[in-house]
Amino acid sequence: MSGGPVGVVFRREFAAYVRSPMGYVVATVVLLLDGLLFYAQALGPAAGERLSGMVLAGFFFNASGLTAVAAVALSVRLVAEERQTGTQLLLDTSPVHDWQIVLGKFLSSLAFLTAITVATIYMPLLILVNGKVSLGHIAVGYAGLTLLGASVLAVGLFASALTRHQLVAAALGSAITGTLFLFWPVASITSPPLSGFFAALALHGRHFAGFQAGLLHLRDMFYYVGLTCFFLYAATKVMEAKRWE
Amino acid sequence: MVRLDGVTKYYGSKRALGPVSFEIAEGNTVGFLGLNGVGKTTLLRILACGLRPSSGTVRIDGLDVFDDAHEVRKRVGYLPETPPVYDDMTVGDYLAFAGRIKGLSRSEVARRVPEVEEQTRVREVHGIPARQLSQGYRQRVGVAQAIIHDPDLLVLDEPTHDLDPVQIVEMREMIRGLKDSHTILISSHILPEISQTCDRLLILNDGEIVASGTEAELSGKLLASRDLAITVRKETDDKPEDAERVVRATAGVSEVRREDHGDAVTFHVTGETDVRASVCRALVEAGHDVIALNRAEGELERVFVGLVSEGGA
Repeated sequence: MSGGPVGVVFRREFAAYVRSPMGYVVATVVLLLDGLLFYAQALGPAAGERLSGMVLAGFFFNASGLTAVAAVALSVRLVAEERQTGTQLLLDTSPVHDWQIVLGKFLSSLAFLTAITVATIYMPLLILVNGKVSLGHIAVGYAGLTLLGASVLAVGLFASALTRHQLVAAALGSAITGTLFLFWPVASITSPPLSGFFAALALHGRHFAGFQAGLLHLRDMFYYVGLTCFFLYAATKVMEAKRWE
Repeated sequence: MVRLDGVTKYYGSKRALGPVSFEIAEGNTVGFLGLNGVGKTTLLRILACGLRPSSGTVRIDGLDVFDDAHEVRKRVGYLPETPPVYDDMTVGDYLAFAGRIKGLSRSEVARRVPEVEEQTRVREVHGIPARQLSQGYRQRVGVAQAIIHDPDLLVLDEPTHDLDPVQIVEMREMIRGLKDSHTILISSHILPEISQTCDRLLILNDGEIVASGTEAELSGKLLASRDLAITVRKETDDKPEDAERVVRATAGVSEVRREDHGDAVTFHVTGETDVRASVCRALVEAGHDVIALNRAEGELERVFVGLVSEGGA
């Protein structure tokens, strides 16, 4: 991370995650639930006999949901907390651009979320030891989790920029993320062209299925990157507007 | 250094400020005085590039605060009423962060942090998390972050807010120490707090500046016709009656109240004009020993109350 304003904001925010109990609570809950779900579907008595690739895909499916929840929890504090405590005034009256603040905060939350996600690596490695999966499948799956997490973090950051109340930001972020998730089941009960429209916009389903199966499609990558950029841009615009309020 | 022309701020249809116009020269220390809610914070936030005026122009060093906000922010240090301190950071880390976010390089931060810690007397809490600081230290750390980038203009919103009397004196001394190197704007609703620190006062009422000048000028405007207390020695029993007659007979005196105590008597006089000299002269010429002449206690507060209640002198 560079020494410019983005790097300065990144380091402060990342250190705030490390110093706060909230960062550890989110990490603990995610890792615990990931582990329990993995045990249930891969190692537990009800796991049955399945191909290693299917077990790995199941792991990424479960992890994607938990990653999304963790992303909302980690991102909603980013701006709302500063407004609540009054520290936003330091940033607002400093010679730093809003996009630099947004990017620094986003990257710090992405780094922390990625650290949590990477800490689950022992589970795919257990499959690798006892079964047969490709390293490429594991890498693509984690790329998918990171991209999905980045999109939800951007949504949460946008929600956080809208309000000074973290609970309101959490509700907003969850509502937007939930709606984007729901587009996939909605696509399955609607007819073309609506079904295609909803499927293309759905946060999960079509776009994550490839990553889950170890298939890297540019279309899916563009979707997540585009969604992330859109909400980061929206968050920047909200910050710009509120900076002078 | 600072120039405002016809600046107003509306929140919806409610006018919070203005129209306000004034200029502040470089090196001045100016106090904004007014009751709570009269627009002081609004005005200072505009000057700190944290609030857009509804109309009018604000220039700092010739730069428009809205069009050239980025450049203006490099020149302004701002302490809001609640210091913007991150509770999870140590004082040293926080000041380093503030320095970096305000554009200082790593080497400049390494040099400036110990300097401002000395200047604001927070060196001893360098490694302490901000959440453990007393209110006095928080305010000082707030001032430290405002001066970390050595700004030309320092904007301090109620710097003595929530401080105890000892801390207020310390803060006052600290601000005096900053006067040589910064143009300073301070707000307060307590007149003595800023009258002792500032070269000039601007009194705000209902969003408008109702008076400006030095403390002496403002006092002179309002107090020329106000109360004074004059004490004469009581040498014989009939002396006080004679002195009272002399005081009452002095031109411009409208009201006299007598207070006897021991070997002296004090007359509380209200005049239509400045009657200090004439009352004193009349008493001396009548053979009375004048041993004290004071304006009534609480005169500073009365200036303030007078201005905000009368809409200006």
